[in-house]
Amino acid sequence: MKFDILESACVPLPLENVDTDQIIPARFLSATSRTGFGENLFRDWRFDKAGNKNEAFVLNDPAFKGQVLVAGKNFGCGSSREHAVWAISDYGFKAVVSSFFADIFRNNALNNGLLPVIVPEDYLKYLLELINTEPGTMVRIDLGKQSLSVLPDGEPVSFEINKFKKECLMKGLDDIDYLLSIKEMITAYEFRNTLKR
Amino acid sequence: MTPKTLFDKIWNSHVVPSIEGGPEVLYIDQHYIHEVTSPQAFDGLRARGIPVLHPNKTLATADHNIPTTDQHLPIREVLSRNQVNKLAENCREFGIEHFGLNHPKNGIVHVIGPELGYTLPGMTIVCGDSHTSTHGAFGTVAFGIGTSEVEMVLATQCVLQSKPKNMRIRVNGRPGHGVTSKDLILYIISRISSGGATGYFVEYAGTAITSLTMEERMTVCNMSIEMGARGGLIAPDHTTYEYLNKIPAVADRHEFKSMLLRWRVLKSDEGAAFDRELEFDASNIKPMITFGTNPGMGMGIDETIPEGDNTSSFFKSLDYMGFKPGMKLLGHPIDFVFAGSCTNGRIEDLRAFAGLVRGRQKAKGVTALIVPGSKRVEQQAIYEGLVKILNSAGFELRQPGCSSCLAMNEDKIPAGKYVVSTSNRNFEGRQGPGARTLLASPLTAAAAAVTGRITDPRDLLKD
Ligand code: SF4
Repeated sequence: MKFDILESACVPLPLENVDTDQIIPARFLSATSRTGFGENLFRDWRFDKAGNKNEAFVLNDPAFKGQVLVAGKNFGCGSSREHAVWAISDYGFKAVVSSFFADIFRNNALNNGLLPVIVPEDYLKYLLELINTEPGTMVRIDLGKQSLSVLPDGEPVSFEINKFKKECLMKGLDDIDYLLSIKEMITAYEFRNTLKR
Repeated sequence: MTPKTLFDKIWNSHVVPSIEGGPEVLYIDQHYIHEVTSPQAFDGLRARGIPVLHPNKTLATADHNIPTTDQHLPIREVLSRNQVNKLAENCREFGIEHFGLNHPKNGIVHVIGPELGYTLPGMTIVCGDSHTSTHGAFGTVAFGIGTSEVEMVLATQCVLQSKPKNMRIRVNGRPGHGVTSKDLILYIISRISSGGATGYFVEYAGTAITSLTMEERMTVCNMSIEMGARGGLIAPDHTTYEYLNKIPAVADRHEFKSMLLRWRVLKSDEGAAFDRELEFDASNIKPMITFGTNPGMGMGIDETIPEGDNTSSFFKSLDYMGFKPGMKLLGHPIDFVFAGSCTNGRIEDLRAFAGLVRGRQKAKGVTALIVPGSKRVEQQAIYEGLVKILNSAGFELRQPGCSSCLAMNEDKIPAGKYVVSTSNRNFEGRQGPGARTLLASPLTAAAAAVTGRITDPRDLLKD
């Protein structure tokens, strides 16, 4: 999966500290494959105990569709479960916008082609309000330029991303391919260290 | 030479090459895996047609998705059984040591690693589990990773990581009677918030830290992740060496003496620069309890719930808990008690719990789940007579596992019920859909278990 430019409407989730237990509750972690987790994304917010749709929750609101999730700060805190990222991707999101991501979540997202976009806190506020008042608002995320803007003519904000990770995402490469390609250096490191120890 | 932090020393000595403008390639000394976050990694290896590079540097245990009763019987839940079996099969296929269900060394990954002597000072340690930070108590750089990274470590013994920043948290003085290391870390998190240390690796220092036992240190490091830190660590000292000296697998190694010598450098140099330094006074710390749905929402047990920051997240959280700002929690009735987890499921925790309930009775209407962190802890609790004390007070000791800490198994707290829990997360639904978790120390949990209410353990320790 290569990532380049994404133009899409957004789904707003204006809550802070959304943890991975909310994204995918532990009781759905028994599967041994990577697929199918989207069904249970935000399970306990989307459905009530009897399994009925909670109409008030944003994923059940037909006004909001799109491949970009916009969420409050400290998104993805808590457990290291990569299942959280698999669930978000499996549901159809390609990018998550927030002012702040938990470290492990950000790594997991990058390792699975889900782009974490970090924007300033006041911009996030502005964006969340805008989407709420005008559902269907489109944004453009340009990974090459590292910028996000509201379409058609919003002022772009830039976001940071590690250069190596950016290249991996744009080329659709993964970290394991890279690590396997430097196997000799790893062996040399091991050799140096057994000598030292 | 410029003075270095302990974290920098360990990290830097494990960097293979650095990628221009990219994350660093970090060599991993010890890798732990469990049933929930590893199956997709093994599938990845098979898809690529590659082996595990160093099977002897990975240790596996089944802990997250197992029952805590009748462990000798096949696991009832099909998906769970399948997942636990899959781990055994994967370990067999790739030649990895596996302490599965019913193995005498089985237990929660962060409990068995240290107690069996796999975790040693100066190591880099990873596991597909955020509480890997626990192992930092031994002066290691230990942190949680995702499944893709588990696959990286299996394949190459390395992970790609950006280096976190350095933070030092000093806790001076001594905490008062009835104030445990759990209270200490809950206090710190309540001060700096659940995201306050994101991007940092934390070194804990100060007299209140160095006077802790190894098990207490593990409790502190365990919860580093709950303030967003990548991990936490404590410089090894005589307490560390004494602990290791009691583990035959470590002390009997012929190179133990030279290891001890090597470990002497494992401390932050005088004058080493930290990106951030915080200081706390242990004498201000009381037994703590959380009132919200992240571990940062904690307060002294006799305090009132604060007004909060007026955000919808804060109110949503209190709403979920059935609390209001300005409320006192002392005396509030509770339904369940959970004593266990990799935070507080060790023998000292069971001793503290049993010590407080000795001569008292379980309160009517309270259901208690007391779960040892490992088979060894279970055996020790029987040997020391703790189980007898628990039984005569109306409690039972279950079999080891993560249990209600994440409630993947049957140990779920029903919706709307209050549980005083010695685990590490009070997230919505963490201990079962709708469950309301109050995080606290084993002493506070024991006090709640015998009174049926939120009770200051210091009141019961007095008499
Ligand atoms: S006890 Fe809880 S926190 Fe610890 S490893 Fe198990 S699930 Fe994770």
